Amino acid sequence: MSAVLAGMPKTDMSKAVAPAMTKAIAPSRGGRPWTFYVLATLFASYVIALYGPMFCIYILSFQDIRGGLVFPMKGHSLHWFVDLFTQVRTGDVKGSFDRSIKLAVIVTIITVVVSFLAGLGFRRRFRGDTFVFYMTIGSLVAPGLVLGLGTGLLFQALGLNASWYTSALGAQLSWTLPFGVLVMFAVMSRFNHVWEEAAYDLGASRWQSIWLVMIPVLAPGLVAVALFGFTLSYDEFARSLQTAGSLNTLPLEIWSMTLNVTSPSLYALGTVTTIVSFIVIGASLGAIVLIQKKRGSAAKG
Amino acid sequence: MQPNPNPSRANLAGWLYVSPLVLVLVPFFVAPILVVLAASFFATDGFGGLTPGFTFSNYIEVLNAALTFKLYLATMKFTMLTWVFTLIIGFCVAYFLVFHVRNQLLAIGLFLLCTVPFWTSNIIRMISWIPLLGKEGLINQALLATGIIRQPLEVLLFSDLAVVIAYVHQLTIFMIVPIFNSMARIDKKLIEAAIDTGASRLDIMRLIVVPMSKSGIALGTIFVVSIVMGDFFVVKVMSGGGSASVVSAFYEDVGVLQYPTAAASAVLLTLVLVAIVSLILRTVDIRQEITR
Repeated sequence: MSAVLAGMPKTDMSKAVAPAMTKAIAPSRGGRPWTFYVLATLFASYVIALYGPMFCIYILSFQDIRGGLVFPMKGHSLHWFVDLFTQVRTGDVKGSFDRSIKLAVIVTIITVVVSFLAGLGFRRRFRGDTFVFYMTIGSLVAPGLVLGLGTGLLFQALGLNASWYTSALGAQLSWTLPFGVLVMFAVMSRFNHVWEEAAYDLGASRWQSIWLVMIPVLAPGLVAVALFGFTLSYDEFARSLQTAGSLNTLPLEIWSMTLNVTSPSLYALGTVTTIVSFIVIGASLGAIVLIQKKRGSAAKG
Repeated sequence: MQPNPNPSRANLAGWLYVSPLVLVLVPFFVAPILVVLAASFFATDGFGGLTPGFTFSNYIEVLNAALTFKLYLATMKFTMLTWVFTLIIGFCVAYFLVFHVRNQLLAIGLFLLCTVPFWTSNIIRMISWIPLLGKEGLINQALLATGIIRQPLEVLLFSDLAVVIAYVHQLTIFMIVPIFNSMARIDKKLIEAAIDTGASRLDIMRLIVVPMSKSGIALGTIFVVSIVMGDFFVVKVMSGGGSASVVSAFYEDVGVLQYPTAAASAVLLTLVLVAIVSLILRTVDIRQEITR
């Protein structure tokens, strides 16, 4: 998704390829092969199965006080949202929400900066680059719970207190950075080095070329990295479990709610946290589209 | 990749750029793994205290337990089932988007539609199956209403079926994205040439599309396999405690402070995972795949 996000509307495929493609797979403009209908049905079912259940819980979270965990809807009200933020028995939702947002912002900033620098570094081969690369992949595929336990034990052994802004921050970075680096790989592979060389030819220093040329050109890709950083941190669970210390992040709060709470306030929490995710996703995608559009019109005008 | 005019300066510059990454990954990936490795050889007092030492007893205990074999079997079962379904669905969705959707912008829009849930909470997406699959859930209600069944089906939720559904629901995106990327790079002239020389649609699929999507499939497989094998949450919640996997047993061990046995089991799992991933990596150079 990174590669597509990074070079969204203006891919070189769009002009040159589309006519050939239609010719090859769908022989005539009007008629479609039967596989089109089969695959279209499958695609539609996939999307319905992807979103359907989520929308069920959003709808069910708006029930009134009689509400249960399944359909049919029993009345409609905001009761469970109020319940969520006022009741003690549902835990410290407000506090954990607050912490999760703060943590996600910190993780996003670090992820963008570190991934960008690593992306610059990996453009050229250097001794040991393969080692660093596989370390990054390893950090991605390692079981989160095991890494979390290791981090927790490490802090214990060093006599440090585990908390969300130290050990959990590090544990989450071990999850978001590999994604950030992979996205940067895709973004960098589309970066035309001519831009950078032109900057050098015009007498730019290394930092000027990065600051004035690369960052503006790569901006959509960096927004994509930020999107990954924020959402992956905000929803991270397995690695935070053993490292967050005494104060929960939001996913940990949801996890404890799944074990004790059997009321629609669980769904209400799901609705609230998904709205936050959707806002972040929408803002990021919007920003990318906006940058691309601005560029398109600048290029034309 | 560009050639280096001056190797030692390039090395230094390269390391300078990746040093922040290394500075995060060493304490939060390499060190924790080493800690778990060390803990797997320690003795325990049974109350969470660790006695530094060197003993294989944790490994012997894990390997001798009849449960271990069952856990690995269950984990493998979930992994295989999830892999098969995510691969089939992922391949079809990617193929549809790349080769059947004529409008490029629409294809990207539909692709993003598939990816949006990836950026939302996994836990919430899993819980959201409860109103559907539960004993009084929508599917049972519908089946009862149409008279297909008389008793509500109990196997829908809190069963192995529910576990696999939740996995496929969450992980198909990890197949779609890399396969989509490989397919989108297939030069359409190649397919045209194949048609001009008389290839059938099946031939095109068999000789061009599938082989050229292999790297995407391999990449997706690494994601799906490593996530399913490392998961405990889905298995715990969706099976209702009825099933267990290697990591969910690990979680229980940690819960009762049996760190060394848990660590030994984690080391074994990591070895299995590394073996599988390196087998897959022999068929594809992911670094080249990503940078290309």
